[in-house]
Amino acid sequence: MIPATFDYVRPDSLADAVSALSGGGEDAKVLAGGQSLMPMLRIRLASPTLLVDCSRLAELRGISDDGDAIVIGASTPHHDVMHDPLVMAHAPLIARTTAMVADPAIRHRGTFGGSLAHADPAGDLPTVSLVLGAQMVLAGPNGRRTVAASDFFVDYFTTALEPDEILVSVRIPKLGAGWGYDYQKFHRTAQAWAIVGVAAAVRRENGTIAEARVGLTNMAASPGRAATTESALAGAAANVDAIAAAAAHAADGTNPTSDLHAKADFRQHLARVLTGRAVRVAAGV
Amino acid sequence: MTATVEHVANIGRPLRRKEDARLLTGQTQWTDSIKLPGALHMTLVRSPVAHARITSVDKSAAEAMPNVVAVFTAADLGDLNARIPCVWPVTDDIVMPEFPVLAIDEVRHVGDVVAAVLATDAASAEDALEGVHVEYDTLPAVGDLEAALADGASLVHSSAGTNQCYTMNVPNGDYAAAKAASDVVVSRRFIQQRLIPSPMEPRAVAVSPMGTSGELTVWSATQIPHVLRVLLALSTGIPENRLRVIAPDVGGGFGAKLQLYREEILALVLANKLGRPVKWTETRSENMVATHHGRGQIQDIEIAATKDGILKGLKVTLTADMGAYLQIITPGIPLLGMFMYNGIYKMDAYDFSCTAVFTTKTPTDAYRGAGRPESTYAIERIMDELAAELGMDPLGLRRKNWITHEEFPYTTIAGLTYDTGNYEAATARALELFGYDELRAEQKRRRDSGDVVQLGIGVSTFTEMCGLAPSRTLGALKYVAGGWENCTIRVLPLGKVELVTGTSPHGQGHETAWSQIAADVIGVPVEDIEIIHGDTGRAPYGMDTYGSRSLAVGGQAILRAGEKVVEKAKLIAAHQMEANPDDLEFVDGAFRVKGDPERSTTIQAVAFEAFTAHNLPDGMEPTLSGESTVDPADFSFPHGTHLAAIEVDTETGKATVRKYVCVDDVGVQINPMIVEGQVHGGVAQGIGQALYEGAEYDDDGNLLTATLADYLIPSAADLPSFITDQTVTPSTTHPLGTKGVGEAGAIASTPAIINGVVDALRHLGVTDVTMPATPEAVWRTIVAAQSGAQA
Amino acid sequence: MARIAVTVDGTAREADVEPRTLLVHWLRDDLGLVGTPVGCDTSNCGSCTVMIDGRSAKSCSLLAVQADGTQITTIQGAANGEWHPVQVAFKDCHALQCGYCTPGMVVAAIDLLSENPDPSEAEIREGLRGNLCRCTGYHNIVKAVQQASELMKEAAK
Repeated sequence: MIPATFDYVRPDSLADAVSALSGGGEDAKVLAGGQSLMPMLRIRLASPTLLVDCSRLAELRGISDDGDAIVIGASTPHHDVMHDPLVMAHAPLIARTTAMVADPAIRHRGTFGGSLAHADPAGDLPTVSLVLGAQMVLAGPNGRRTVAASDFFVDYFTTALEPDEILVSVRIPKLGAGWGYDYQKFHRTAQAWAIVGVAAAVRRENGTIAEARVGLTNMAASPGRAATTESALAGAAANVDAIAAAAAHAADGTNPTSDLHAKADFRQHLARVLTGRAVRVAAGV
Repeated sequence: MTATVEHVANIGRPLRRKEDARLLTGQTQWTDSIKLPGALHMTLVRSPVAHARITSVDKSAAEAMPNVVAVFTAADLGDLNARIPCVWPVTDDIVMPEFPVLAIDEVRHVGDVVAAVLATDAASAEDALEGVHVEYDTLPAVGDLEAALADGASLVHSSAGTNQCYTMNVPNGDYAAAKAASDVVVSRRFIQQRLIPSPMEPRAVAVSPMGTSGELTVWSATQIPHVLRVLLALSTGIPENRLRVIAPDVGGGFGAKLQLYREEILALVLANKLGRPVKWTETRSENMVATHHGRGQIQDIEIAATKDGILKGLKVTLTADMGAYLQIITPGIPLLGMFMYNGIYKMDAYDFSCTAVFTTKTPTDAYRGAGRPESTYAIERIMDELAAELGMDPLGLRRKNWITHEEFPYTTIAGLTYDTGNYEAATARALELFGYDELRAEQKRRRDSGDVVQLGIGVSTFTEMCGLAPSRTLGALKYVAGGWENCTIRVLPLGKVELVTGTSPHGQGHETAWSQIAADVIGVPVEDIEIIHGDTGRAPYGMDTYGSRSLAVGGQAILRAGEKVVEKAKLIAAHQMEANPDDLEFVDGAFRVKGDPERSTTIQAVAFEAFTAHNLPDGMEPTLSGESTVDPADFSFPHGTHLAAIEVDTETGKATVRKYVCVDDVGVQINPMIVEGQVHGGVAQGIGQALYEGAEYDDDGNLLTATLADYLIPSAADLPSFITDQTVTPSTTHPLGTKGVGEAGAIASTPAIINGVVDALRHLGVTDVTMPATPEAVWRTIVAAQSGAQA
Repeated sequence: MARIAVTVDGTAREADVEPRTLLVHWLRDDLGLVGTPVGCDTSNCGSCTVMIDGRSAKSCSLLAVQADGTQITTIQGAANGEWHPVQVAFKDCHALQCGYCTPGMVVAAIDLLSENPDPSEAEIREGLRGNLCRCTGYHNIVKAVQQASELMKEAAK
């Protein structure tokens, strides 16, 4: 199928991109890798009047070390992210999860920031960014602002980005020593979206779990944390029984959707099972 | 093997395919790749609702859009709005509603066609769809088969007064008596979910009026160019001698392109009306609703046996989903299964009945196996359930009841005569490759330790019927076509060979395999043979490719045509060498006088003599060719034993195929490499039905699995490698001893997989699982079984 | 209309394209490179996969304007004088039947081997998960990639 008509600009600078976007009004959209947008354009689920191509803006690409954090440019392709030495050293959960996103060809074009800004509830990377405490740097007509991941994901396909704002980069705090991690993606075929995903990061100290973060994919309109499980894990023994007891609460308070791919109660069941598995891997149990 | 093929040089060799050079370098000609100067691009306004009255169509906005040439509704087309015929009225009182190309007053499934748009470019044609405003007065969707048959149900076709298309009962033997003589009766309801065939190439059609000749050339991504020509002429009234239908490179079919589609008719009548080429290319999203679906049956199965496990009788009650309209052989699909519910087993009675139902869904029709996957699933699943009921090993139960190799030919309870088979040999080989006893031991260990991942072993010992012939039998079944096949072999003046076949390949490798047969029959190199197919202008007679018929039927025509070439050539050679034809032997393309090796000539030299015609026997016509149309004596019956080891994660319900072994007996193999490839692909599609695929509709009749993001076709990462082997029991109905292999894998594998899933969970109280056996379906089955066990 | 300059299968091309023109349609309809087919509209099937600057991409999920300034190799340019080892192995292993997924599958396999010259079976299966085939069950495709890997290692010696 062929998209409806639209205008296209490829600005040379972020400032030009922001002004093109704000000049384009409500129906202007940022084009990064386009791997989520293009199918929507083709089946005409989206009909923007203007696409602002930000894929080549140098300031949106690349990965850098910023002391206690790494900074991933929003337009950095998944393929680059998952093979980047800084990511592998300081945010290996991102590398591991990115390798599960879509397929190799899509990972060559699709971007880290694009996945976050698209905010599909079944997306894997929003959950991971939430668990890692990412900070999103946004640029708009009034300059830049930083939004925590916990405030960035607002609703189905909706983020804190204003229509005239562009996601510039994502700051990921480095996980220090002692942290383990895992992402469990549950899907029916290898190229299907997650029915449920669970991200876990666990810091062990002397045989106990000192700190645990558990993020849930596709259990709500936007990624969430399994708060009861996290607090049950804090200070718990790093063993199978303690983890199982905590994981049993992973779906507490969730109200996931029922759709073609799964009914709500199965999603909740999966959240508990996958949380147990992810935390066990992350805790090295 | 016949006397003619005295020296087999090519048959049986895994020759690399002739087709591959162009396919691997992009030198292909798919229908969508055909560019016709001045062509109009057609798009279709499709119903977004399952069932509605059309209250108004306003096309003015579309007509005013740039590059739009015309917009046609049913009213605009008038007499050109052809009706799609159904050519298999299976009963005398079958209800056959009108199936107009463009919907008149009412739409009956999502994707039904309301109007056709023509524009000078594809993008404008697509844009213009938004300019056709159709108002619908929604009517109730009809989705559930049993509810559709209930009194007072909303009707798909109100003029029919019923949603029942037909009902039939075929008793074989006395089932009541057989049941009364049994100790054990097991019954199950199996659901054959709707499947979307999904060949990788969507459909496409291009039609060009050819100017002065008055001919209309139709290029279509079809399996059946010959049948299509007849049906296009029949439905449009355009004389058949003005139609040339070409199937260029066709990217898979699996039955989905065994059809006369409304888009083919529309492109033809509009090109004819406007005197301009018209082209239509299906999008994948369109394909999901516009190309026929497969399966879609409720199967109520009852099997009766003695306590020793001797089968007495089988009762099959089907409720079959026709969809909204009857496509060409929609009603016949359950009948193709009817003959095979008894499988490879002996029994005293078999009662078959089927009730066919209209729904507001895409029409169903043939999908790989067409009826036989359904029947094989039912018998192979119920055999496992009976084995469990009797406390027997599933293979042990099968052994007790199958036809032994000494018993062939064997006339089954369904009335077919299986010519040959050796189920013992295929099963023995499969067990050897599988490591059955070791896997059973591992299964026990996992059960005993309560492992999260349980192991199951699935068995499927299947047979099927290939060939769909002879024609007389098809006539008796009310099928409005023959089952013959045609071939012409021409040896050209310089010794190259044209083989014209009526089969129409779309991935099967006929160019290679047919060359192998002909090379051995007429004694020329494989590379000297050019296969001409898929064009009614160059290959005028044929019945095309479906139902694993191409080798089973077409192969016989190749053989016979080749024999005719050799017979004629021998007379010429004898004349030239002044020898008695009976004194000549034909070896590796050379005619030699027996006992006088100095006197010989080649078939190529004979072809040149036949061309110059300077010195032919008196009364002989020049040129060297042979034509044959063969109507086979009977079906052929490939069989095999498939074994699957399935791991089921009992926490998530996810089932994974760990090991798959299949030993197929397809008789003599022309090209074992191609045979193996057909088995691989069929097995994968059968696994698709078992675990991944299913067309899901909501209560309003909307297709939910409407893209490949939601209709899940397995990728490489979702499947294992397969362990394949063969036994060879030559068919006696085919002069080459071959059977057919196109559908076998898809027929055999689905029950093997589901038997494996159930076997992995039987100790938890599970006795069945619905298809596709998704993680959620399996998980719910486990939960239900355990709560049942506790209650 | 937007002006683009792209090198396709070794030939420099310049064209004015409508922004909404998909790369695959530009290749097929404007350049006549019909060896690259379209199989779906949701970027699932991978039939349209081409190389862009040496990495695989689905040409149905990219606008032609996005390819401006790049080097593209389609199946029609995969053979450089002689067949690529992946093409050789696909034929030898019977890794294709109808051939519709083949252009994308071959390009995806070339990309896979360029990044991982010695992949395991599991890595091959994972690496090809963006390319659907309905004919072969993938068995012989996996075998062909293994064979191509061997051929390429031999050639590199």
